[in-house]
Amino acid sequence: MSAGIQIRLHQRLGAFALDAELDLPGRGVIAVFGPSGSGKTTLLRWIAGLQPTVDGVLRVNGECWQDGASRIRVPAHRRAVGYVFQHTVLFPHLDVRGKLEFGLRRVPAGARRVALAQAVEMLAIAHLLDRATHGLSGGERQRIGIARALLTSPRLLLLDEPLAALDLARKQEVLPYLERLHAELDIPVFYVSHAPDEVARLADHLVLLEAGQLRAEGPLGATLARLDLPIRLGEDAGVVLEGRIAERDMHWQLARVATPAGALWVRDGGQAIGQAARIRILARDVSVARVLQHSSILNTLPAQVCEIASDSHPALTLLRLRVGQAEVLARLTRRSADELALAAGNTVWVQIKAVAVL
Amino acid sequence: MPGPDDWSAIRLTLALATLTVSLLLLLGTPIAWWLARSRSWWKGPVGALVALPIVLPPTVLGFYLLLALGPQGPLGHLTQALGLGLLPFTFPGLVVASVFYSLPFVVQPLQNAFEAIGEGPLETAATLRAGPWDRFFHVALPLARPGLLSGAVLGFAHTIGEFGIVLMIGGNIPGRTRVVSMQIYNHVEALEYGAAHALAGGLLVFSFLVLMAMHALGGSRRVWR
Repeated sequence: MSAGIQIRLHQRLGAFALDAELDLPGRGVIAVFGPSGSGKTTLLRWIAGLQPTVDGVLRVNGECWQDGASRIRVPAHRRAVGYVFQHTVLFPHLDVRGKLEFGLRRVPAGARRVALAQAVEMLAIAHLLDRATHGLSGGERQRIGIARALLTSPRLLLLDEPLAALDLARKQEVLPYLERLHAELDIPVFYVSHAPDEVARLADHLVLLEAGQLRAEGPLGATLARLDLPIRLGEDAGVVLEGRIAERDMHWQLARVATPAGALWVRDGGQAIGQAARIRILARDVSVARVLQHSSILNTLPAQVCEIASDSHPALTLLRLRVGQAEVLARLTRRSADELALAAGNTVWVQIKAVAVL
Repeated sequence: MPGPDDWSAIRLTLALATLTVSLLLLLGTPIAWWLARSRSWWKGPVGALVALPIVLPPTVLGFYLLLALGPQGPLGHLTQALGLGLLPFTFPGLVVASVFYSLPFVVQPLQNAFEAIGEGPLETAATLRAGPWDRFFHVALPLARPGLLSGAVLGFAHTIGEFGIVLMIGGNIPGRTRVVSMQIYNHVEALEYGAAHALAGGLLVFSFLVLMAMHALGGSRRVWR
């Protein structure tokens, strides 16, 4: 039995068509990214068995959930998915404990891999257990919805914009729990979002949908560095690097992060040495120089220009540069690129004005 | 003070209403569920058929039921073939007529309640491993509780208040088919206004209380999200 998630989906819904052929890793967070109406939610609903179509193929880590040619379509309630909806529907006739146990009780005891206490602890909702539905905040509702989904011991977790209905403060409240899921669960997670910062923070693998068509798909770092795509991310074009805290400078309150691109100094966030750190570098925060300059910019690294492409605005251009073992995007004006006479293969210095530790 | 005949009519009426509502909840719940969820072409005609007793004079319904249940009618043939005899002018006949007559009063609140649930809770339940029957009994029915209650109360009250259809099918037989509304009619015919008052006033107060209870139920209805 092959690991991984195999999707062959060609669905027509009136004027809208959804086409996706995907072979995805069987673990980690798969971000499904795209503008509203691109078919992200439809894809998730189809995976969960909530769409009435019988066509298409879906295999999840060796289990066949759907195969149109063989008329196989496992009904929604027999698919081991945990689904967290954008607007969580909590059953008002049950208290919080009852809501959490609803799915748990329907999973045979031998197949349970998540205990109530475990899910309650993971999402910090112990104090809510005996509460009724009304009076719960949006953030609390989503945390209960996530715990409820986890308690069905899913083999696949589907998160459909779990933060979209929340204000910024509530987002900050729930996001750490999602990161914890990412770190502690060994099941694949589909994470639908149209917020680039959430994707950069949580995803390992990226699926880009546009108007129902698959635009791109691949590991997060490589996909973000592709020049034919960042246009879709607009202002937020940039790359994500996985690094590790290598040094802390108490005097200047800085931390050195070892990344595939080289050493980067960031503000010291209190992380211990050796801790993993995910770093995001936006294209607009990267500038390029021919010669090493003495400037205020802390992080200057040697780089090689790989590719030059047009950007969303005609005045701008996007550069893909190889920096150490990694690739970084830089957004320049076309005029600057012309004055520096940049061409693929040139050796330059990149100056990184801002590095965000996620 | 109500006499022994009055008490007999009251007992008969309560028995009729209780039995009718019980049957209607069994029969009306699947009909309401189907009407709420189906996209079939038949939804329109079936919905109209269920609603007919609201607009038809009870005598029209009673007349056709009398023909259908009679010795020459299709239902009459059936009941005779099953060894049940003929239903007109019997208590079971009254129950059958009441079930038809009060059907919309149970089905419509239930249908509205089922429709108000929407797809969200049922889909959520499906992703939480609940199969179709499980979803119906443990999500749809509990969420439709206000509709279930108001349907039961309305059906009960409506059955107690019926007259025309009882007259056509029941035939005003003391102790067997003479319900409260008939008994009031008999008292008035006999110019026994005092006795008529006792029953009529009781019915009036009962109906008022029922509608008050309905209002209270409606007020406690909570948003399901």
